[in-house]
Amino acid sequence: MVTKVGKHKVNKTFQEINAKIRSGEVVVVTAEEIIGIVEKEGAVAAAKKVDVVTTGTFAPMCSSGAFINFGHSKPGIKASKVWLNNVPAYAGIAAVDCYIGATEPCEDDPLNKVWPGEFNYGGGHVIQDLVTGKKVSLKATAYGTSCYPSRLIEKKVRLNELQSATLCNPRNGYQNYNCAVNLTKKTIYTYMGTLKPKAGNANYCSAGELSPLINDPYYKTIGLGTRIFLGGAQGYVTWQGTQHNPSAARTDNGVPVRPSGTLWVMGDLKKMSPDWLVGMSYQGYGISLAVGLGIPIPILNEEMASYTAVSDSEIYTQIIDYGNDYPNGISKSLGQVSYAELKSGTIELDGKSVQTVPLSSMVKAREIAEILKTWIREGKFLLGEPQFTLPA
Amino acid sequence: MYSKILTLRFPKTGVSKPTVCHLAKDYGLIFTILKATVLPRKEGIMVLEVSGPKKNFKNGITFLKEQGVLVQNASREVNRNAKKCIHCGACTAVCPTGALVVSHPELSIDFNIKKCSVCELCVPACPTRAMKVHPTSETFF
Repeated sequence: MVTKVGKHKVNKTFQEINAKIRSGEVVVVTAEEIIGIVEKEGAVAAAKKVDVVTTGTFAPMCSSGAFINFGHSKPGIKASKVWLNNVPAYAGIAAVDCYIGATEPCEDDPLNKVWPGEFNYGGGHVIQDLVTGKKVSLKATAYGTSCYPSRLIEKKVRLNELQSATLCNPRNGYQNYNCAVNLTKKTIYTYMGTLKPKAGNANYCSAGELSPLINDPYYKTIGLGTRIFLGGAQGYVTWQGTQHNPSAARTDNGVPVRPSGTLWVMGDLKKMSPDWLVGMSYQGYGISLAVGLGIPIPILNEEMASYTAVSDSEIYTQIIDYGNDYPNGISKSLGQVSYAELKSGTIELDGKSVQTVPLSSMVKAREIAEILKTWIREGKFLLGEPQFTLPA
Repeated sequence: MYSKILTLRFPKTGVSKPTVCHLAKDYGLIFTILKATVLPRKEGIMVLEVSGPKKNFKNGITFLKEQGVLVQNASREVNRNAKKCIHCGACTAVCPTGALVVSHPELSIDFNIKKCSVCELCVPACPTRAMKVHPTSETFF
Protein backbone atom coordinates (compact mmCIF):
# COMPACT_ATOMS: atom_id res chain seq x y z
CA MET A 1 0.00 0.00 0.00
CA VAL A 2 1.57 3.29 -1.09
CA THR A 3 0.80 6.36 0.96
CA LYS A 4 0.07 9.23 -1.40
CA VAL A 5 2.22 12.30 -0.98
CA GLY A 6 0.05 15.18 0.04
CA LYS A 7 -2.21 13.13 2.26
CA HIS A 8 -0.02 13.94 5.22
CA LYS A 9 1.58 17.14 6.50
CA VAL A 10 4.84 15.34 7.22
CA ASN A 11 6.30 13.02 4.60
CA LYS A 12 9.55 11.16 5.09
CA THR A 13 10.98 8.19 3.23
CA PHE A 14 13.04 5.26 4.46
CA GLN A 15 15.96 6.63 2.41
CA GLU A 16 15.73 10.05 4.06
CA ILE A 17 15.69 8.51 7.54
CA ASN A 18 18.61 6.24 6.65
CA ALA A 19 20.57 9.27 5.42
CA LYS A 20 19.98 10.86 8.84
CA ILE A 21 21.14 7.66 10.56
CA ARG A 22 24.34 7.74 8.49
CA SER A 23 24.98 11.40 9.26
CA GLY A 24 24.17 10.96 12.94
CA GLU A 25 21.26 13.46 12.92
CA VAL A 26 18.56 10.90 13.44
CA VAL A 27 16.14 11.36 16.34
CA VAL A 28 15.15 8.07 17.95
CA VAL A 29 12.87 7.50 20.93
CA THR A 30 11.28 4.38 22.41
CA ALA A 31 7.61 3.47 22.12
CA GLU A 32 7.19 4.53 25.78
CA GLU A 33 8.87 7.89 25.24
CA ILE A 34 6.87 8.83 22.12
CA ILE A 35 3.60 8.73 24.12
CA GLY A 36 4.45 11.87 26.09
CA ILE A 37 5.89 13.66 23.04
CA VAL A 38 2.72 13.19 20.96
CA GLU A 39 0.52 14.05 23.93
CA LYS A 40 2.41 17.30 24.56
CA GLU A 41 3.27 18.45 21.05
CA GLY A 42 0.76 16.71 18.81
CA ALA A 43 1.29 14.10 16.12
CA VAL A 44 2.46 16.51 13.39
CA ALA A 45 5.12 18.18 15.53
CA ALA A 46 6.19 14.77 16.87
CA ALA A 47 6.48 13.40 13.32
CA LYS A 48 8.63 16.38 12.33
CA LYS A 49 10.88 15.88 15.34
CA VAL A 50 11.14 12.10 15.67
CA ASP A 51 12.40 9.80 12.89
CA VAL A 52 12.26 6.38 14.49
CA VAL A 53 10.37 4.79 17.39
CA THR A 54 11.88 1.62 18.80
CA THR A 55 9.81 -1.23 20.23
CA GLY A 56 10.71 -4.40 22.07
CA THR A 57 9.34 -7.62 23.49
CA PHE A 58 10.88 -10.54 25.35
CA ALA A 59 8.57 -13.47 25.94
CA PRO A 60 8.17 -17.18 25.23
CA MET A 61 7.64 -17.66 21.50
CA CYS A 62 7.02 -21.35 20.92
CA SER A 63 7.03 -21.20 17.14
CA SER A 64 10.80 -20.78 16.97
CA GLY A 65 13.73 -22.89 15.91
CA ALA A 66 16.92 -23.02 13.91
CA PHE A 67 18.08 -24.56 10.64
CA ILE A 68 21.47 -26.11 11.18
CA ASN A 69 23.88 -27.47 8.61
CA PHE A 70 26.48 -29.55 10.46
CA GLY A 71 28.85 -30.06 7.53
CA HIS A 72 29.85 -33.24 5.70
CA SER A 73 31.77 -35.95 7.47
CA LYS A 74 34.21 -38.39 5.84
CA PRO A 75 32.81 -40.74 4.67
CA GLY A 76 29.62 -38.80 4.11
CA ILE A 77 26.20 -39.33 5.67
CA LYS A 78 22.68 -38.59 4.50
CA ALA A 79 21.25 -38.12 7.97
CA SER A 80 17.70 -39.40 8.38
CA LYS A 81 17.50 -38.83 12.11
CA VAL A 82 19.38 -36.20 14.09
CA TRP A 83 19.65 -35.46 17.83
CA LEU A 84 21.27 -32.47 19.48
CA ASN A 85 21.97 -33.16 23.18
CA ASN A 86 19.47 -35.99 22.79
CA VAL A 87 16.75 -33.61 21.56
CA PRO A 88 15.40 -34.78 18.19
CA ALA A 89 15.84 -32.36 15.29
CA TYR A 90 13.87 -32.71 12.06
CA ALA A 91 16.18 -34.28 9.46
CA GLY A 92 13.84 -34.80 6.50
CA ILE A 93 15.78 -32.26 4.45
CA ALA A 94 19.11 -32.57 2.62
CA ALA A 95 22.03 -34.74 3.78
CA VAL A 96 23.41 -32.67 6.67
CA ASP A 97 20.65 -30.13 7.26
CA CYS A 98 18.24 -30.25 10.17
CA TYR A 99 15.76 -28.05 12.03
CA ILE A 100 15.81 -27.91 15.79
CA GLY A 101 12.42 -26.76 17.06
CA ALA A 102 12.15 -24.84 20.33
CA THR A 103 9.42 -27.01 21.89
CA GLU A 104 10.95 -30.44 21.20
CA PRO A 105 11.60 -32.21 24.51
CA CYS A 106 14.70 -34.27 25.25
CA GLU A 107 14.11 -37.95 24.36
CA ASP A 108 14.37 -39.24 27.94
CA ASP A 109 12.03 -36.60 29.32
CA PRO A 110 9.22 -38.11 31.44
CA LEU A 111 6.91 -35.46 29.95
CA ASN A 112 3.64 -35.31 31.91
CA LYS A 113 3.82 -38.91 33.16
CA VAL A 114 4.32 -37.50 36.64
CA TRP A 115 1.99 -34.55 36.42
CA PRO A 116 2.83 -31.70 36.21
CA GLY A 117 6.03 -32.46 34.31
CA GLU A 118 9.05 -30.23 34.69
CA PHE A 119 10.35 -30.24 31.09
CA ASN A 120 13.85 -29.33 32.09
CA TYR A 121 15.56 -29.61 28.71
CA GLY A 122 14.52 -29.30 25.09
CA GLY A 123 15.03 -27.54 21.78
CA GLY A 124 14.89 -24.06 23.31
CA HIS A 125 17.70 -25.01 25.68
CA VAL A 126 19.76 -26.51 22.82
CA ILE A 127 19.50 -23.17 21.00
CA GLN A 128 20.51 -21.27 24.14
CA ASP A 129 23.44 -23.67 24.76
CA LEU A 130 24.62 -23.19 21.17
CA VAL A 131 24.60 -19.39 21.39
CA THR A 132 26.32 -19.61 24.79
CA GLY A 133 29.18 -21.35 22.96
CA LYS A 134 28.73 -24.66 24.80
CA LYS A 135 29.62 -27.96 23.16
CA VAL A 136 26.52 -29.79 22.00
CA SER A 137 26.55 -33.49 21.21
CA LEU A 138 25.26 -34.32 17.76
CA LYS A 139 24.14 -37.77 16.72
CA ALA A 140 22.88 -38.66 13.25
CA THR A 141 21.73 -41.99 11.89
CA ALA A 142 21.13 -42.96 8.28
CA TYR A 143 20.25 -45.94 6.07
CA GLY A 144 23.32 -45.50 3.86
CA THR A 145 23.49 -44.78 0.14
CA SER A 146 26.15 -45.17 -2.56
CA CYS A 147 27.04 -41.50 -2.33
CA TYR A 148 26.63 -41.22 1.48
CA PRO A 149 27.69 -44.58 2.96
CA SER A 150 27.90 -43.67 6.69
CA ARG A 151 25.09 -44.89 8.90
CA LEU A 152 26.05 -43.17 12.12
CA ILE A 153 27.98 -40.13 13.20
CA GLU A 154 28.45 -38.87 16.75
CA LYS A 155 30.39 -35.73 17.49
CA LYS A 156 30.54 -32.68 19.72
CA VAL A 157 29.85 -29.41 17.96
CA ARG A 158 30.05 -25.76 18.86
CA LEU A 159 28.05 -23.05 17.12
CA ASN A 160 31.12 -21.48 15.49
CA GLU A 161 32.14 -24.87 14.04
CA LEU A 162 28.82 -25.43 12.30
CA GLN A 163 28.62 -24.82 8.57
CA SER A 164 25.63 -22.56 9.16
CA ALA A 165 22.95 -21.93 11.77
CA THR A 166 19.94 -19.77 11.00
CA LEU A 167 17.25 -18.85 13.47
CA CYS A 168 13.96 -19.21 11.59
CA ASN A 169 10.85 -18.55 13.63
CA PRO A 170 7.57 -19.11 11.81
CA ARG A 171 5.45 -17.22 14.34
CA ASN A 172 6.81 -14.56 16.66
CA GLY A 173 5.72 -11.22 18.07
CA TYR A 174 1.99 -11.84 18.34
CA GLN A 175 0.07 -8.61 17.99
CA ASN A 176 -1.77 -8.78 21.30
CA TYR A 177 -2.56 -11.94 23.25
CA ASN A 178 -5.24 -13.41 25.52
CA CYS A 179 -5.50 -12.84 29.23
CA ALA A 180 -5.88 -16.34 30.71
CA VAL A 181 -7.90 -17.42 33.74
CA ASN A 182 -9.04 -20.82 35.00
CA LEU A 183 -12.68 -21.20 36.02
CA THR A 184 -12.41 -24.88 37.00
CA LYS A 185 -11.92 -26.10 40.57
CA LYS A 186 -8.36 -27.35 40.10
CA THR A 187 -5.04 -25.69 39.34
CA ILE A 188 -4.05 -26.08 35.70
CA TYR A 189 -0.66 -25.80 34.02
CA THR A 190 -0.74 -24.13 30.62
CA TYR A 191 1.46 -22.33 28.12
CA MET A 192 0.09 -19.23 29.84
CA GLY A 193 1.67 -20.40 33.10
CA THR A 194 0.08 -21.77 36.26
CA LEU A 195 -3.58 -20.86 36.61
CA LYS A 196 -5.11 -21.27 40.04
CA PRO A 197 -8.73 -22.47 40.32
CA LYS A 198 -11.81 -20.22 40.38
CA ALA A 199 -9.96 -17.44 38.58
CA GLY A 200 -7.26 -17.28 41.26
CA ASN A 201 -5.02 -15.36 38.90
CA ALA A 202 -5.13 -13.80 35.42
CA ASN A 203 -2.02 -14.26 33.27
CA TYR A 204 -1.23 -12.04 30.30
CA CYS A 205 1.60 -12.01 27.80
CA SER A 206 2.22 -8.85 25.77
CA ALA A 207 4.56 -5.92 26.15
CA GLY A 208 1.52 -3.67 25.47
CA GLU A 209 2.60 -0.16 24.48
CA LEU A 210 6.17 -1.40 23.79
CA SER A 211 5.09 -4.39 21.69
CA PRO A 212 6.24 -4.18 18.03
CA LEU A 213 3.03 -4.85 16.10
CA ILE A 214 0.86 -2.85 18.53
CA ASN A 215 2.83 0.23 17.40
CA ASP A 216 2.18 -0.32 13.69
CA PRO A 217 -1.27 -1.86 13.93
CA TYR A 218 -1.94 -1.97 10.15
CA TYR A 219 1.61 -3.09 9.25
CA LYS A 220 2.18 0.06 7.19
CA THR A 221 5.96 -0.08 7.59
CA ILE A 222 6.59 -3.78 8.34
CA GLY A 223 7.08 -6.53 5.78
CA LEU A 224 9.64 -8.67 3.98
CA GLY A 225 13.02 -7.06 4.57
CA THR A 226 12.24 -5.05 7.71
CA ARG A 227 15.46 -5.13 9.70
CA ILE A 228 14.91 -5.93 13.37
CA PHE A 229 16.57 -6.72 16.70
CA LEU A 230 16.44 -10.50 16.92
CA GLY A 231 18.07 -12.53 19.68
CA GLY A 232 20.63 -9.80 20.32
CA ALA A 233 21.67 -9.43 16.66
CA GLN A 234 20.22 -7.89 13.52
CA GLY A 235 17.61 -10.06 11.87
CA TYR A 236 14.78 -9.66 9.43
CA VAL A 237 11.05 -10.00 9.05
CA THR A 238 10.73 -12.39 6.11
CA TRP A 239 7.00 -13.05 5.90
CA GLN A 240 3.78 -12.78 7.84
CA GLY A 241 3.88 -15.36 10.61
CA THR A 242 1.68 -18.45 10.63
CA GLN A 243 -1.85 -17.75 11.93
CA HIS A 244 -1.40 -14.06 10.91
CA ASN A 245 -4.93 -12.75 11.22
CA PRO A 246 -5.27 -9.09 10.30
CA SER A 247 -9.08 -9.24 10.30
CA ALA A 248 -9.46 -9.42 14.11
CA ALA A 249 -11.73 -6.79 15.66
CA ARG A 250 -9.97 -3.49 16.40
CA THR A 251 -10.57 -0.38 18.46
CA ASP A 252 -10.68 3.06 16.78
CA ASN A 253 -6.90 3.44 17.13
CA GLY A 254 -6.46 0.35 14.94
CA VAL A 255 -5.16 -1.89 17.71
CA PRO A 256 -6.72 -5.37 17.64
CA VAL A 257 -8.53 -6.52 20.78
CA ARG A 258 -7.56 -10.18 20.30
CA PRO A 259 -4.46 -12.03 19.05
CA SER A 260 -4.08 -11.01 15.40
CA GLY A 261 -0.96 -10.19 13.34
CA THR A 262 2.20 -12.30 13.60
CA LEU A 263 5.73 -12.24 12.18
CA TRP A 264 7.98 -14.75 10.47
CA VAL A 265 11.51 -13.75 11.40
CA MET A 266 15.01 -14.95 10.53
CA GLY A 267 18.57 -14.16 11.44
CA ASP A 268 22.09 -15.55 11.77
CA LEU A 269 22.17 -17.61 14.98
CA LYS A 270 25.97 -17.31 15.08
CA LYS A 271 25.65 -13.59 15.82
CA MET A 272 23.03 -13.97 18.54
CA SER A 273 23.34 -13.96 22.32
CA PRO A 274 22.15 -16.24 25.17
CA ASP A 275 20.82 -13.13 26.91
CA TRP A 276 18.15 -12.82 24.24
CA LEU A 277 17.44 -16.46 23.38
CA VAL A 278 16.53 -18.21 26.61
CA GLY A 279 15.25 -21.78 26.92
CA MET A 280 12.05 -21.91 28.98
CA SER A 281 10.47 -24.79 30.92
CA TYR A 282 6.73 -24.47 31.46
CA GLN A 283 5.63 -26.76 34.26
CA GLY A 284 3.04 -29.24 33.02
CA TYR A 285 3.13 -27.82 29.50
CA GLY A 286 6.51 -28.11 27.85
CA ILE A 287 9.51 -26.29 26.50
CA SER A 288 9.71 -22.94 24.77
CA LEU A 289 12.17 -20.23 23.84
CA ALA A 290 12.06 -16.65 25.07
CA VAL A 291 12.99 -14.52 22.07
CA GLY A 292 14.17 -10.94 22.25
CA LEU A 293 12.54 -9.05 19.39
CA GLY A 294 12.49 -5.35 18.61
CA ILE A 295 11.28 -3.45 15.57
CA PRO A 296 12.14 0.13 14.68
CA ILE A 297 9.07 1.95 13.41
CA PRO A 298 9.94 4.72 10.92
CA ILE A 299 7.91 7.86 11.56
CA LEU A 300 7.16 8.45 7.89
CA ASN A 301 4.29 10.80 8.70
CA GLU A 302 2.03 12.01 11.52
CA GLU A 303 -0.16 8.94 11.12
CA MET A 304 2.77 6.72 12.20
CA ALA A 305 3.48 9.10 15.08
CA SER A 306 -0.13 8.66 16.25
CA TYR A 307 0.05 4.88 15.98
CA THR A 308 3.27 4.65 17.99
CA ALA A 309 1.84 6.96 20.67
CA VAL A 310 -0.68 4.32 21.73
CA SER A 311 -0.58 3.71 25.48
CA ASP A 312 -1.52 0.78 27.71
CA SER A 313 -4.85 2.37 28.66
CA GLU A 314 -5.93 2.26 24.97
CA ILE A 315 -4.85 -1.35 24.31
CA TYR A 316 -7.40 -4.01 25.19
CA THR A 317 -7.52 -7.78 25.29
CA GLN A 318 -10.03 -10.50 26.16
CA ILE A 319 -10.17 -12.61 29.32
CA ILE A 320 -10.38 -16.25 28.23
CA ASP A 321 -11.10 -19.31 30.37
CA TYR A 322 -8.25 -21.79 29.85
CA GLY A 323 -9.91 -24.31 32.18
CA ASN A 324 -12.81 -25.28 29.97
CA ASP A 325 -13.37 -22.88 27.04
CA TYR A 326 -9.93 -22.66 25.42
CA PRO A 327 -9.17 -26.43 25.45
CA ASN A 328 -12.55 -27.01 23.80
CA GLY A 329 -12.04 -24.38 21.13
CA ILE A 330 -14.61 -21.99 22.57
CA SER A 331 -13.39 -18.43 22.05
CA LYS A 332 -15.83 -16.83 24.48
CA SER A 333 -14.62 -13.62 26.11
CA LEU A 334 -15.31 -13.24 29.83
CA GLY A 335 -14.57 -9.55 29.56
CA GLN A 336 -12.34 -6.95 27.98
CA VAL A 337 -9.47 -5.39 29.95
CA SER A 338 -6.84 -2.80 29.13
CA TYR A 339 -3.12 -3.34 29.58
CA ALA A 340 -3.12 -0.43 32.03
CA GLU A 341 -5.48 -2.47 34.21
CA LEU A 342 -3.49 -5.68 33.70
CA LYS A 343 -0.22 -3.97 34.58
CA SER A 344 -1.77 -2.38 37.70
CA GLY A 345 -1.66 -5.77 39.42
CA THR A 346 -5.38 -6.58 39.67
CA ILE A 347 -8.39 -6.73 37.37
CA GLU A 348 -12.08 -7.05 38.05
CA LEU A 349 -13.81 -10.24 36.97
CA ASP A 350 -17.44 -10.83 37.92
CA GLY A 351 -17.17 -8.24 40.65
CA LYS A 352 -14.16 -9.98 42.15
CA SER A 353 -10.62 -8.61 42.24
CA VAL A 354 -8.17 -10.98 40.51
CA GLN A 355 -4.36 -10.85 40.77
CA THR A 356 -2.68 -10.37 37.38
CA VAL A 357 0.51 -12.14 36.40
CA PRO A 358 2.73 -11.00 33.52
CA LEU A 359 4.64 -13.55 31.41
CA SER A 360 6.27 -11.10 29.02
CA SER A 361 9.22 -9.29 30.57
CA MET A 362 8.73 -5.51 30.51
CA VAL A 363 12.21 -5.01 31.98
CA LYS A 364 13.77 -6.84 29.03
CA ALA A 365 11.38 -5.30 26.47
CA ARG A 366 12.48 -1.85 27.59
CA GLU A 367 16.13 -2.92 27.40
CA ILE A 368 15.64 -4.08 23.79
CA ALA A 369 13.99 -0.80 22.77
CA GLU A 370 16.92 1.05 24.38
CA ILE A 371 19.56 -1.12 22.66
CA LEU A 372 17.87 -0.64 19.31
CA LYS A 373 17.76 3.11 19.95
CA THR A 374 21.52 3.12 20.65
CA TRP A 375 22.30 1.05 17.55
CA ILE A 376 20.37 3.46 15.34
CA ARG A 377 21.81 6.59 16.98
CA GLU A 378 25.32 5.24 16.56
CA GLY A 379 24.72 4.49 12.90
CA LYS A 380 25.13 0.72 13.39
CA PHE A 381 21.62 -0.10 12.31
CA LEU A 382 19.90 1.11 9.14
CA LEU A 383 16.20 0.70 8.49
CA GLY A 384 15.27 -2.05 6.06
CA GLU A 385 12.61 -0.95 3.61
CA PRO A 386 10.16 -3.79 3.04
CA GLN A 387 9.67 -5.23 -0.44
CA PHE A 388 6.00 -5.48 0.47
CA THR A 389 4.19 -4.99 3.75
CA LEU A 390 2.33 -7.70 5.67
CA PRO A 391 -1.27 -8.41 4.61
CA ALA A 392 -3.49 -5.92 6.42
CA MET B 1 14.59 -16.53 71.16
CA TYR B 2 16.93 -18.14 68.69
CA SER B 3 15.77 -21.06 66.62
CA LYS B 4 17.45 -23.27 64.03
CA ILE B 5 16.93 -26.61 62.37
CA LEU B 6 20.07 -28.71 62.79
CA THR B 7 21.26 -32.03 61.44
CA LEU B 8 23.26 -34.02 64.00
CA ARG B 9 25.46 -36.91 62.94
CA PHE B 10 26.42 -39.26 65.78
CA PRO B 11 29.48 -41.46 65.58
CA LYS B 12 29.13 -45.24 66.03
CA THR B 13 30.32 -44.93 69.63
CA GLY B 14 27.87 -42.20 70.54
CA VAL B 15 24.59 -43.71 69.44
CA SER B 16 23.79 -45.56 72.64
CA LYS B 17 24.70 -42.64 74.90
CA PRO B 18 21.98 -40.14 75.98
CA THR B 19 23.09 -36.84 74.47
CA VAL B 20 20.43 -34.44 73.25
CA CYS B 21 18.52 -34.56 76.56
CA HIS B 22 21.39 -32.52 78.00
CA LEU B 23 20.42 -29.65 75.73
CA ALA B 24 17.24 -29.28 77.77
CA LYS B 25 18.62 -30.33 81.14
CA ASP B 26 21.91 -28.41 81.21
CA TYR B 27 21.50 -25.66 78.59
CA GLY B 28 17.84 -24.64 78.93
CA LEU B 29 17.10 -25.31 75.27
CA ILE B 30 13.89 -26.75 73.88
CA PHE B 31 13.86 -28.96 70.85
CA THR B 32 11.59 -30.88 68.52
CA ILE B 33 12.89 -34.10 67.00
CA LEU B 34 11.99 -33.96 63.31
CA LYS B 35 13.81 -37.14 62.36
CA ALA B 36 15.94 -39.74 64.16
CA THR B 37 17.45 -42.86 62.73
CA VAL B 38 20.31 -45.29 63.25
CA LEU B 39 21.99 -46.43 60.06
CA PRO B 40 23.09 -50.06 59.38
CA ARG B 41 26.66 -49.28 60.36
CA LYS B 42 25.36 -47.78 63.60
CA GLU B 43 25.99 -44.10 62.92
CA GLY B 44 23.03 -42.00 63.98
CA ILE B 45 21.32 -39.10 62.24
CA MET B 46 18.95 -36.74 63.97
CA VAL B 47 17.22 -33.61 62.70
CA LEU B 48 16.28 -31.20 65.46
CA GLU B 49 14.63 -27.84 65.67
CA VAL B 50 16.41 -26.21 68.59
CA SER B 51 15.24 -23.01 70.26
CA GLY B 52 16.47 -20.95 73.18
CA PRO B 53 18.48 -17.89 74.14
CA LYS B 54 21.38 -17.35 71.75
CA LYS B 55 24.06 -17.85 74.44
CA ASN B 56 22.57 -21.15 75.59
CA PHE B 57 22.28 -22.21 71.98
CA LYS B 58 25.96 -21.57 71.40
CA ASN B 59 26.97 -23.48 74.54
CA GLY B 60 24.68 -26.36 73.65
CA ILE B 61 26.25 -26.69 70.23
CA THR B 62 29.72 -26.64 71.77
CA PHE B 63 28.61 -29.44 74.11
CA LEU B 64 27.36 -31.54 71.18
CA LYS B 65 30.62 -31.07 69.31
CA GLU B 66 32.56 -32.17 72.40
CA GLN B 67 30.57 -35.39 72.33
CA GLY B 68 31.87 -36.04 68.83
CA VAL B 69 28.59 -35.07 67.14
CA LEU B 70 28.88 -33.44 63.73
CA VAL B 71 26.48 -30.46 63.70
CA GLN B 72 25.20 -29.02 60.45
CA ASN B 73 22.68 -26.37 59.63
CA ALA B 74 19.63 -28.03 58.07
CA SER B 75 17.47 -25.03 57.35
CA ARG B 76 16.97 -24.16 53.74
CA GLU B 77 16.23 -21.01 51.85
CA VAL B 78 15.20 -20.14 48.33
CA ASN B 79 17.61 -18.00 46.34
CA ARG B 80 17.19 -16.28 43.04
CA ASN B 81 19.91 -16.45 40.40
CA ALA B 82 19.89 -12.86 39.18
CA LYS B 83 21.63 -13.83 35.95
CA LYS B 84 18.92 -16.31 35.06
CA CYS B 85 15.89 -14.27 36.10
CA ILE B 86 14.35 -12.49 33.12
CA HIS B 87 11.65 -10.74 35.19
CA CYS B 88 8.80 -12.47 33.38
CA GLY B 89 6.59 -12.77 36.46
CA ALA B 90 5.45 -16.41 36.15
CA CYS B 91 6.52 -17.07 39.77
CA THR B 92 4.15 -14.44 41.14
CA ALA B 93 1.22 -16.69 40.22
CA VAL B 94 2.24 -19.37 42.71
CA CYS B 95 4.01 -17.51 45.53
CA PRO B 96 1.60 -17.75 48.51
CA THR B 97 3.36 -15.29 50.83
CA GLY B 98 3.96 -12.34 48.54
CA ALA B 99 7.74 -12.81 48.67
CA LEU B 100 7.77 -12.66 44.87
CA VAL B 101 5.89 -9.63 43.61
CA VAL B 102 5.66 -7.40 40.56
CA SER B 103 7.00 -3.99 41.51
CA HIS B 104 5.56 -0.82 40.00
CA PRO B 105 5.96 1.12 37.80
CA GLU B 106 8.91 -0.64 36.18
CA LEU B 107 7.23 -4.11 36.36
CA SER B 108 10.37 -5.85 37.54
CA ILE B 109 10.06 -8.83 39.88
CA ASP B 110 11.10 -8.30 43.50
CA PHE B 111 12.10 -11.17 45.78
CA ASN B 112 11.81 -10.44 49.49
CA ILE B 113 13.52 -13.39 51.16
CA LYS B 114 12.16 -12.36 54.58
CA LYS B 115 8.64 -13.13 53.39
CA CYS B 116 9.65 -16.46 51.84
CA SER B 117 8.26 -19.54 53.62
CA VAL B 118 10.45 -21.92 51.56
CA CYS B 119 7.36 -23.64 50.16
CA GLU B 120 9.39 -24.15 46.96
CA LEU B 121 6.41 -23.70 44.61
CA CYS B 122 8.38 -21.13 42.61
CA VAL B 123 11.19 -23.59 41.85
CA PRO B 124 9.41 -25.61 39.12
CA ALA B 125 7.18 -22.64 38.19
CA CYS B 126 10.15 -20.50 37.12
CA PRO B 127 10.57 -21.05 33.36
CA THR B 128 14.29 -20.23 33.38
CA ARG B 129 14.98 -22.19 36.61
CA ALA B 130 16.30 -19.11 38.37
CA MET B 131 14.87 -20.14 41.77
CA LYS B 132 16.89 -22.71 43.71
CA VAL B 133 16.72 -24.16 47.22
CA HIS B 134 19.99 -23.94 49.14
CA PRO B 135 21.05 -24.72 52.70
CA THR B 136 20.76 -21.43 54.49
CA SER B 137 23.92 -19.38 54.23
CA GLU B 138 23.63 -18.06 57.83
CA THR B 139 25.86 -19.74 60.40
CA PHE B 140 24.48 -20.65 63.86
CA PHE B 141 26.32 -18.09 65.89
